[in-house]
Amino acid sequence: MGFYIASAIAILATIMVITRYNMIHALLYLVVSFLAVAVIFYMLGAPFMAALEVIVYAGAIVVLIIFVIMMLNLKEESVDQERKWFSKNIWVGPGILSAVLLGELVYIIVTADPVMLDNTLVDAKAVGLSLYGPYIIGVELSGLLLMAGIVGAYHLGRQRRKVMHRFLEMTKE
Amino acid sequence: MNKLPIESGLILAGILFILGLISVMVRRNIIFMLISVEIMLNASGLAFIVAGSRWAQADGQVMFIFILTMAAAEVSVGLALILQIYHQLKTLDSDAADKMNG
Repeated sequence: MGFYIASAIAILATIMVITRYNMIHALLYLVVSFLAVAVIFYMLGAPFMAALEVIVYAGAIVVLIIFVIMMLNLKEESVDQERKWFSKNIWVGPGILSAVLLGELVYIIVTADPVMLDNTLVDAKAVGLSLYGPYIIGVELSGLLLMAGIVGAYHLGRQRRKVMHRFLEMTKE
Repeated sequence: MNKLPIESGLILAGILFILGLISVMVRRNIIFMLISVEIMLNASGLAFIVAGSRWAQADGQVMFIFILTMAAAEVSVGLALILQIYHQLKTLDSDAADKMNG
């Protein structure tokens, strides 16, 4: 039963993500969708993956996207727009969905054993042993991929400085 | 409490993946396309976790960690590309970038 509630919240939040016009509102619902998937991971007997989902997806990736959005529309930013974005009926939808998820999580933790659905608990120790045992080549390839990602993001994100001469070109300060 | 049937978990992953695929085809805003790709990656990770939970093996979670790493690298490079596109074209419309100005 808990699985179906969490999956309904995930599907609903994802539908709200792909139908929003405002990016910040879409990101609010995206966080709710990731939290619902994290609750499903917890119920399936993967608590470490639930924590990683919250930290990396709902934390790091969404914050990165929010940073870029704030960098992009720096110019038309105004107090009125901020006030309009954070009005009450914007956050009440994601708030209700998150409250349902929180109630479900508290119910799971209080009443039953950690694994609600009788699935076998595969803890972080087994994952670590498998990760650094048979899958060690995958870990090294992931390190290479992250290195390439850092170098690529630095190279692409660098602003190409325009050569400006103060007599030949009018600069608008 | 009975065991979760594997079909319902896989159907949920499929629904989330289809929603992301629809969004990446319909939306023209390039940041929304990146978000949709994140939704699709998350759905595939959910499928791995469900399968790993079905057979009580750690391999599904290992694959989820790899997907997570790949998603983090992908979103950083993708956002750097979005910044470059916005600085060059002054828009976030992905159709505006269909000409190669080599």
